[in-house]
Amino acid sequence: MEMNDRIDALLRQVQRPARYVGGEYNQVLKDKSDVEVRFAFCFPDTYEIGMSNLGMKILYGLMNDTPGVWCERVFAPWGDMAEKLREASIPLWALESGDKLSDFDIIGFSLGYEMAYPTVLDMLDLGGVPIRACDRHGLKNLVVAGGQCICNIEPMADFFDLCFLGEGEEVDLELIELYREAKRAGWTKEAFLRRAAAIEGVYVPSLYDVRYNADGTVASVTPTDGAPASVRKRIVDDFDACYYPTSPVVPSTEIVHDRISLEVFRGCIRGCRFCQAGQICRPVRNRRPETLIAQGRAALESTGYQELNLSSLSTSDYKPLSDLCDGLLDYCEPRGVSLSLPSLRADNFSMDIMQRVQRVRKSGLTFAPEAGTQRLRDVINKNVTEDDLLESCRVAFSGGWNGVKLYFMLGLPTETDEDVVGIAELAKKVLWCWKQHAANKSRGVRITVSTSEFVPKPHTPFQWEAQVTRGEYLRRVKLLADALAGARAITYNWHDAEVSLVEAALARGDRRVGAVIEEVWRRGGRLESWTDYFSLQRWLDAFEACGIDPGFYALRERPVTELLPWEHMDMGVTRRHHERERELAYAGRLSPDCRAQCTGCGAASLLREGVCHG
Amino acid sequence: MDKLRLKFKKTGRAVYISHLDLMRTMQRVFSRAGVDLKYSEGFNPHAKISIILPLTVGTHSECEYMDFALASDCDLAALPGRLNPYMPEGIEAIEAYEAPEKGANLRWLRVTGRMTGGRGAAFYSAFFARDEILVTKRGKKGHKKVDRVDNIAPAIGRADFTDGGDGTVYADLVIHAQDPALSPDTMMAALGEDAPAYFVFTRREAFREDMTPFR
Repeated sequence: MEMNDRIDALLRQVQRPARYVGGEYNQVLKDKSDVEVRFAFCFPDTYEIGMSNLGMKILYGLMNDTPGVWCERVFAPWGDMAEKLREASIPLWALESGDKLSDFDIIGFSLGYEMAYPTVLDMLDLGGVPIRACDRHGLKNLVVAGGQCICNIEPMADFFDLCFLGEGEEVDLELIELYREAKRAGWTKEAFLRRAAAIEGVYVPSLYDVRYNADGTVASVTPTDGAPASVRKRIVDDFDACYYPTSPVVPSTEIVHDRISLEVFRGCIRGCRFCQAGQICRPVRNRRPETLIAQGRAALESTGYQELNLSSLSTSDYKPLSDLCDGLLDYCEPRGVSLSLPSLRADNFSMDIMQRVQRVRKSGLTFAPEAGTQRLRDVINKNVTEDDLLESCRVAFSGGWNGVKLYFMLGLPTETDEDVVGIAELAKKVLWCWKQHAANKSRGVRITVSTSEFVPKPHTPFQWEAQVTRGEYLRRVKLLADALAGARAITYNWHDAEVSLVEAALARGDRRVGAVIEEVWRRGGRLESWTDYFSLQRWLDAFEACGIDPGFYALRERPVTELLPWEHMDMGVTRRHHERERELAYAGRLSPDCRAQCTGCGAASLLREGVCHG
Repeated sequence: MDKLRLKFKKTGRAVYISHLDLMRTMQRVFSRAGVDLKYSEGFNPHAKISIILPLTVGTHSECEYMDFALASDCDLAALPGRLNPYMPEGIEAIEAYEAPEKGANLRWLRVTGRMTGGRGAAFYSAFFARDEILVTKRGKKGHKKVDRVDNIAPAIGRADFTDGGDGTVYADLVIHAQDPALSPDTMMAALGEDAPAYFVFTRREAFREDMTPFR
């Protein structure tokens, strides 16, 4: 990228300018004259967050391995930089070439959380690209999106030309090939979109006509121009053979997850009823330990990183975890590379692995029982018992750990005051466990209880549930805080529910919510997942200005007969399965995990052979 | 191998990398190149590297010095060639050698610069030729914030300015690097309202107190 005095002067006035200039090791530069399709991979959050995202590294590598395609990175500038860019009328640029966003053929956003929506509009606007799909007429500046949020992207339907449902490795490249053909042959945007809608996993919102009932619920979603009635999620069938980026860009400035992340498997066998990722990422597909060890070594060698992380939705459920850790430690230990294992379950097997892996530092362990009583854990299908948790703590404390973090949700369906107080009782039992088993009591203990408000999400058994009001959440917070009062070794952190209401309305919103997102952005909303910038009042004002009640989307229990705004998105798991799981939840009954017994969720049908191997 | 020194350039996009980030980046460069840095002993081992004079973000340099130690023997003459393929854009190793003197011996720097949107060369030459040039620095005394007024004139060894046409002024300076340290940015701040709208500086050469070249 070319630096001129204007940009240099601007960069010297903002915090951490290194995040705006690119030039990092392993970035991909191409000769523009050899490039047919230029793709701007946009992450609607800061560099530090976006560069930590594995999905981005995968797709960046894959696209740049494709001849004639150049994928570059674009991140949302922090507030000081966004202001300066607007003041100086300098458009947002991509890090590799320094070219402005509007120079790109395809502008693709990665959407992992709903609060990023206003930032999408802000980045387009900063880049000189019209925010609404209907105001972009040609093939150039095609705005697309992928990521977990696409399972209900209706609130953003007016802004995107098309979306990718599910895993992007295959469908993104298929779409780019179609785009290349369209560009050569000079198709219109409309002709291109009609053809694109025929690719499995591609959703073109403008090809669907949505009607509403008088009560505000969705009456019908009708495909037009030959678009499929429902869009089926794409997955990579053979995950072991799936592309893994062994030469990711190495940031020259510190980012949030500054390490190599190995993806052990996709999907989750557990079926926790509140967890959207666990439901929509099915079925489970594993990588072999040999593959992972080779990928880990290659990535460490090409980046110089000193830390390796094993990522998945529930790493303890990886059957050959023990072999994998041994194989990685053989390489890592002599080189001083540390291995980290997040998302472990509270069971004996996991503790054994933890002890072998973390030989030096024993700072803290994190467990997520999610609910305080066995009854409620059964309702949400969190297969962890109090005995499992306390046994894990016993092993940890006698092994020298002196801190435990416990994560819970408040506002889960059927939750009573007894369940809330149950959290305090569980935390006190953990404290008692430390008193009995601590290897070295003189160092003290730190038990942290954190609660957040439950947000019902689409494509889960709880998609019909009402979210509790903020007032009710705060009442339960106080109840728990009072129950924990006096236990000085226990710290209680609670997340405010201000964001939860907005998140719930966006997550289960329909197309009409798009007007609110645009209004929030027009009133200055951006980087809304940051407490530095989030303002509940701005959202409430925007909802009011648009004549939309957030409670209609967030706080209302929906009858099972209602047509939900996202039902034309087929994630593999069937509506019938979610209904059944919801009935089991209310009966307080557990469902087995995929390995114990198949519950016939429907996700196996996404696999070529139609059989899932847990 | 202990007490080694690497001379390197930091220009282009790398000028925005901060001092702390540069230390982390250099460790990864060595690791990628398969050159093992020596680590400190103890609970929290860290690589034994230090950069002699931290560089202001935005300033270029052709003469940065990093002191380091290696876990095993290595052909120092070949080291820059081994490291350079693994550098981020804008950082380039020039020379590696056994440090013949302490980093504290680095006392003066020759710095060149380009300034636009301000006064002419004659004005700057006269301004920096004075015996007393005062700048106010935000300092701390314990917990209290106190303003300190410094005379930077003794830290300026040479300050030549020439007009380059269309309002550009070129600077050629020799300024004191340590005890006391003076940066070109501080000199520009001393100009107050007469400071140029834009300026960019490059460190060119490092010297000892007696103006012989630092190694």
